[in-house]
Amino acid sequence: MVVPSQQDFGIPRSFPPCTALQPTFAMTSNPLARLGNTGLYLLCDLGKMTLFLGKAVRGVFRRPFRFRELLRQVHFIGFGSLAVIFFTAASTGMVLGLQGYYSLNKFGAEGMLGSAVSLTLIMELGPVLTALMVAGRAGSAMCAELGIMRISEQIDALDCMAVDPFRYFITPKFLAAIISVPLLTAVFDVVGIAGGYVAGVGLMGVSPGSYFQGMEGSVTNHDIRLGIIKSFVFALLVVWICTGRGYFVREIRGAGFGAESVSRVTTQAVVLSSIAVLVFDYLLTAVLL
Amino acid sequence: MSAAIEFDRVVKTFAKSGGGVQTVLDGVSFTIPRGKTTVIAGGSGQGKSVTLKLVLGLVRADSGRVLVHGRDITRAGGRELEEVRSQFGVLFQGSALFDSLTVFENVALPLRERTAKSEEEIRLLVAASLRQFELAGHEDKYPAQLSGGMQKRVGLARAMQLKPSIMLFDEPTTGLDPVMTREIYHLFARTQAEFGFTSVIVSHDIPKIFNLADQVIILHRGQMDVFSSPEAIQWSEKPHIREFVKMTMGDIYQSSVVEK
Repeated sequence: MVVPSQQDFGIPRSFPPCTALQPTFAMTSNPLARLGNTGLYLLCDLGKMTLFLGKAVRGVFRRPFRFRELLRQVHFIGFGSLAVIFFTAASTGMVLGLQGYYSLNKFGAEGMLGSAVSLTLIMELGPVLTALMVAGRAGSAMCAELGIMRISEQIDALDCMAVDPFRYFITPKFLAAIISVPLLTAVFDVVGIAGGYVAGVGLMGVSPGSYFQGMEGSVTNHDIRLGIIKSFVFALLVVWICTGRGYFVREIRGAGFGAESVSRVTTQAVVLSSIAVLVFDYLLTAVLL
Repeated sequence: MSAAIEFDRVVKTFAKSGGGVQTVLDGVSFTIPRGKTTVIAGGSGQGKSVTLKLVLGLVRADSGRVLVHGRDITRAGGRELEEVRSQFGVLFQGSALFDSLTVFENVALPLRERTAKSEEEIRLLVAASLRQFELAGHEDKYPAQLSGGMQKRVGLARAMQLKPSIMLFDEPTTGLDPVMTREIYHLFARTQAEFGFTSVIVSHDIPKIFNLADQVIILHRGQMDVFSSPEAIQWSEKPHIREFVKMTMGDIYQSSVVEK
């Protein structure tokens, strides 16, 4: 059977295939060519990341499902992040209590402190700060783990054993993040509100009744739903970007090679996922508020 | 003699870091016979590892076909690729052991993931395999606690678990001392005699590796030369092969059979 080659379609052999564009790019002095090359690289990268997400979702339906690995990851992402979430939430809540009291006191409205603290935490700071903390603590670890597995050919070894790496260890990370981050956000909200209580009521003398009454009167199901939707979306963004960057460590432009590539890509993953969380925070607030 | 693996006018290019394209394989065709040992040799950067990755479907050819037992893996995807790969056992250059798993868990992984065997059956099979590869007593160690030679043996034990019909070895003796290298060659000869798999070895270790070869393929600037025996390489009239022979084997070379 005659197999058509690139030349048969009028494509010169010197035209690099899509995969060849990704790790390197032609150092041409033509700015338009550089722009086009960068555009193609970004398009290829986005395409690969989308396929990566699709394969991670497909992994949920492939058998055997690795329940123990899921539990291990929930323990790592969820339980392992509890301490850092607790301290971040407590300090954020206390600062909100003090700042809120200072601002509201100017209008004689310190009775609204509970409402201000709880709405800020539930709708904005809870989901955002939890996602940023998880990106810094667990996301970086996931990215480095996958990057090292890629450069030491461990992922290739799984492929060669016909064991789907997504089902084996990437999908459990996705599910664990989607389970853990909303729960951590709930913990963040509760600890933050308690922190606001300690600062506002305990230190500044706001009445305990008005703190909780203001909260009860102003926080609606819609506000809580917004916070929960945000935490799910942020969890997906963080785990997708961090695992995806690690998985494609060899194909990222400018990452270099070996241990250095893993360290650079890990930094890139945390920065990218943090920016994605902040951008999507605005978009979700604008759409759902 | 039927073919286990067949390359049909395969072209593979990569982008160079400074721009432009490097052609690693330029329309190469060859066959790897079933049940025999083929050694792929050549200088650094000539595309030996890329050839193995093409066979495994880890890298896709720009054009041409790579047939494994008659199935074209350049167009296979998903489950078809998994089916083809399930016929392979691979020993990677750096062993590619899972460093967070123990020796036992590494060797048991293919059995746990790809078969429906009970934990008890898996335990017995892995224990027998570890004894065969002289690794008994090291079950609970992690790869980082093993020597290079032991890591290779664990990699080989893991690759052999599903009784593959094709074994691929990527630089199996790189980084090993001469004693360990000899030990690994004995292990090859013994396991191939026992299991009768098709074996493809990519190696720098010339001429010692030729002792194992039924067929030798030499890669040079995107082209391949196939020789039916190590001696046949020396009869070649091609200047680059004569240069290769002179550089690697000296003036006269005769293969001898590894003690089995």
